[in-house]
Amino acid sequence: MNARLLILIIVLILDVGSSLGVVYARHASRHLSVQLGTLEKQHDNAVAQWSRLQLEQAWLADASQIELKARNQLEMRRPENTHILVVRP
Amino acid sequence: MSTSGQNQVHLSRLYALLLIFFLSSVGLIARAVNLQVTETEFLQGQGKARFLREVDIPTTRGIISDRNGEALAVSTPVDSVWVNPSEVLQSPENLEPLARVLETDPDDMERKLTQRAGKEFVWLRRRLNPDVAGQIRALNIPGVFLQKEYRRFYPAGEVAAHVVGFTNIDDIGQEGLELAYNDWLVGSAGRKRVIKDRLGRTVEEVELVRESKPGNDLQLTIDRRLQYMAYSELKRTVLKHGARSGSVVLMDLQTSEILAMVNQPSYNPNHPGSSNDGLRNRAVTDVFEPGSVMKPFAMTSVLESGKVTPTTIVDTSPGTLLISGHTIHDHRNYGLLDATGIITKSSNVGMTKLALELEPEHMWDTYQRFGFGEATGSGFPGESAGVLRNYRRWRPLEQATISYGYGISATALQLAQAYAVIANEGQLRQPTLIQGAVNPPISVVDPKLARQIAAMLETVTGPLGTGRKARVPHYRIAGKTGTSRKASASGYASRYVASFAGFAPASRPRLVCIVVINDPTGDLYYGGDVAAPLFSSVLSGALRIMNIPPDDYSALLVDSVAVASVRVVGVSQ
Repeated sequence: MNARLLILIIVLILDVGSSLGVVYARHASRHLSVQLGTLEKQHDNAVAQWSRLQLEQAWLADASQIELKARNQLEMRRPENTHILVVRP
Repeated sequence: MSTSGQNQVHLSRLYALLLIFFLSSVGLIARAVNLQVTETEFLQGQGKARFLREVDIPTTRGIISDRNGEALAVSTPVDSVWVNPSEVLQSPENLEPLARVLETDPDDMERKLTQRAGKEFVWLRRRLNPDVAGQIRALNIPGVFLQKEYRRFYPAGEVAAHVVGFTNIDDIGQEGLELAYNDWLVGSAGRKRVIKDRLGRTVEEVELVRESKPGNDLQLTIDRRLQYMAYSELKRTVLKHGARSGSVVLMDLQTSEILAMVNQPSYNPNHPGSSNDGLRNRAVTDVFEPGSVMKPFAMTSVLESGKVTPTTIVDTSPGTLLISGHTIHDHRNYGLLDATGIITKSSNVGMTKLALELEPEHMWDTYQRFGFGEATGSGFPGESAGVLRNYRRWRPLEQATISYGYGISATALQLAQAYAVIANEGQLRQPTLIQGAVNPPISVVDPKLARQIAAMLETVTGPLGTGRKARVPHYRIAGKTGTSRKASASGYASRYVASFAGFAPASRPRLVCIVVINDPTGDLYYGGDVAAPLFSSVLSGALRIMNIPPDDYSALLVDSVAVASVRVVGVSQ
């Protein structure tokens, strides 16, 4: 009789414990998926920003832009061939 | 009596009450069974529809970059605006500010929306500028929504337009490599089923319906710096000579990677027009009769026959030759020329005399080994194979004209491939635009012979040659000029294609360059006058950018800057 009661109590405790576990796991999983969502959004934003930065860099480093600035602002020009020298090492 | 009567009344009331209880419980049970058993699926579906949502997982199209990783095509998110017409039309006064932001006529917009009132989804404008999208968001009109979409930008613009191509509004490749590698570049948007809470936050991912796969990036062999340099030089030449179109192909000889491929006219791939002439990548899609730039290949065939050496003398006087009632002309009477001299002076008569000694089959075979009459396999959409007719249908006149580049047609890319064979000691490698392509070399010509032809080509830029304007200071250049009359419906018109094909440095070839200028309308139309200077400026720029040392490098060395500056002052005075 006592043994049976003991088993019943143990099973009851296990039951309550596991239901609490389920509730906790459920909560944790929802919490984590919200977190995942925010992180994914952050990732998307980072990717978008990266593509914009790449475009910006490509535009700023455009050869025609550089050539224009070099010629007009810095007054650079291609040296004549007679001005190009290679010093013997 | 009265009590029994009373009892009977009580009993009947009791039964009536029991009956009512019984009936109502039967009703309840029936309803419960009905809900639990028969309608359960419908109800559960409805319940899920309240909190279960299918969400798209968007992906981006891959980036196209040049050989150094510089972006040539990038997708970036922008907003598109769509409306639910019936919802918007409930308060038409909202249309006015919306139309103002979009810079359209409000009446027009109202008419358009009324026509589509039965629909729930109508695009108003796609791919907005970020500031316009911000204004619409600020208006906060019910029934007007913004949707994130990806738009493709081409920072190199018209310079690389033909190679890269462009996509349409639905992000599908339309031209160029965007079209050829569309399947590689597009990702597939995924889908997932999620549970959302009251605030629209995703609380649980139930299942992944389809995994999203981002598009793959594509790295080209093009070098943006060389591409820009070649493009600006080509544009200048085409404008200067009033030419209809032009192309330049620059290829690395060690790997057959195309470093620059430019055409005129071009277009802006960020806003491609509906359809126009400039869309074609002429260097790959357009064939032309190459003229004298074909002579080295006929000469290869002649030397292969073993009867002729580079020093064999041919009499080209009087500068004309009659074959099957057709006269072949030289520029002037060159008299006695050796085989090398035929290439140097570009003598049609000399070339014809040598070529007519050949078996047609052998000559055809030589041309074919150089890759003529067959697409190069670069994988570019719309690539043309050119025309090389079968030798069985050659008559003597055809064999003669084919030896100096008429009656045969080729693309600029095919010429680049063929000249690379001469420069690479007889090794043919398939040209490629994509980094990491596999193109093992195939030996198609005897290396010794290829060196002989290369030496002949070097005389073209020598003191007696037709291509003196193709020279680049300090470098030895091997190449060939070409001037061909354009065929028209009524024979050959007085319109020309000027070309120059060659490679440098001649002692250790690294770069091959093909220049084609179509229909120069100025006074000058010879390949040596129109195409050769462009070849020179493109190659000198490319040799400098790629840090390729000159042939006679050691001769240029100076001992010290002090000594050198004296020499510089002396020279410039």
